[in-house]
Amino acid sequence: MTIPDWLEAARTDADKRDLPQLKPLLETLARSTERLRQIDADERTAREGTRRS
Amino acid sequence: MDLVERCLARIHAARHLNAFITVMDGSARADARRAQEEIRSGHYRGPLHGIPISIKDLIDVAGTPTTSGSAVPPLHPASDAPIVHRLRESGAILIGKTNLHEFAFGTTTEETAFGVVRNPFDTSRSAGGSSAGAAVALVEGMCYGSIGTDTGGSIRIPAAACGIVGLKPTAAEVTCEGIVPLSTTCDHVGPMTRTVRDARLMFEVLTGEPVPLTSEERPLTFGVPSGYLLERLDPDVRRALGRVETALKAAGHSTRRVRIERAEITPDVYLHIVLAEAARYHAPLVETHAALYSPGVRLRIEMGRYILAEDYVRAMELRPLLTRSVDAALETCDALLLPALAIPAPVLGTETVEFDGSQEPIRAAMLRLTQLFNITGHPAIAIPAGRTPSGLPIGMQLVGARQRTGTLLNIAERVEPQITGGAGSVGGGTG
Repeated sequence: MTIPDWLEAARTDADKRDLPQLKPLLETLARSTERLRQIDADERTAREGTRRS
Repeated sequence: MDLVERCLARIHAARHLNAFITVMDGSARADARRAQEEIRSGHYRGPLHGIPISIKDLIDVAGTPTTSGSAVPPLHPASDAPIVHRLRESGAILIGKTNLHEFAFGTTTEETAFGVVRNPFDTSRSAGGSSAGAAVALVEGMCYGSIGTDTGGSIRIPAAACGIVGLKPTAAEVTCEGIVPLSTTCDHVGPMTRTVRDARLMFEVLTGEPVPLTSEERPLTFGVPSGYLLERLDPDVRRALGRVETALKAAGHSTRRVRIERAEITPDVYLHIVLAEAARYHAPLVETHAALYSPGVRLRIEMGRYILAEDYVRAMELRPLLTRSVDAALETCDALLLPALAIPAPVLGTETVEFDGSQEPIRAAMLRLTQLFNITGHPAIAIPAGRTPSGLPIGMQLVGARQRTGTLLNIAERVEPQITGGAGSVGGGTG
């Protein structure tokens, strides 16, 4: 799931659960997850190299 | 008996600090009488025999509620956590259950159902967290040792904020059975004491194993991390680090700069592990008792419920990378040296702290120097390192090789005078 899709779904769910105060925290989490995925991707490239078709 | 009565008197005299949730007056007096009779009859159990010890109220003590600092209905354990059983077997007197940041999920102990824990050095300030009550109890002479837990720094942060010693052992070295979990990957349990020697004595009881003393006299080398970890420090904390380095060199030791590769990824790895694991434990409780949680703690738990499995796994798979980085830094020194807390104890209600013109959220700033070693599992000990000009404690941290907590304790005991600067130990109260 992409982070934008995840964040949209999470924000919608927070509204549905009447937790609007959660939304800024979800945005913080989204930025952290973006960094985490980039780190993971960089490490994977370092280990495996780049796949070429 | 005198020790227990003295501690109970201090607890009641300094109630306004909110260090304790449950005071075990009756059982402590009974245990003290029994200890006295045993010692008189020649049955001496060891250095903790008859010594009042406090227990963080996240840890099960039979017959006493485990509140976790929360208004959520407590646990009522029928049996002691294994570490509590070991303390009883050693003859320690359990004086009471100490206050904490709710469910150990914070660094300031402002979110607790049992009154904000106040710093004895300045009651307008936090005593750190989450094991704040344990730290305050020691400073104020309410006990002679405390047991705390540490998931991102919750022993070392209040130790630094209150001017005491706090040990986070190697991961899994001391069992966390019978302790309410925050993050099973990052949780640790350990002693909080006035001196490193006392920490070693308590650690030996908790593990059931003696720590061999060393007569080694060779000069030691301390690695001071460069880069991310020490980029943003309060000026007084930075000056204290400089003073400690100077004192170590004057004593014949040396310091060197070391690099911990990828240390800057620590907060993102930590967030995805701890929040997800906390959510797993709390999910059933928030479904039924959401309104009883402190709002901030509840929101952090809810955040964790949105973390995707693939991102939790990414974070877990990055742990070995960080562990190897710390291992590599330790190959060139006997221990790492860095502050335990980047700032002195913050004023209660502080939300951000400024470093070089930019604001950092208070939790992030307080966790920055400690949380890495919860992810990697390296043992780490906070040692008091003087005061700011306004009298607030500052704490340094030594980090050792994994599975070598005993070695770290020996190193810490050896250089404790250089780190503390010769200041006397706390324990008589600040008032």
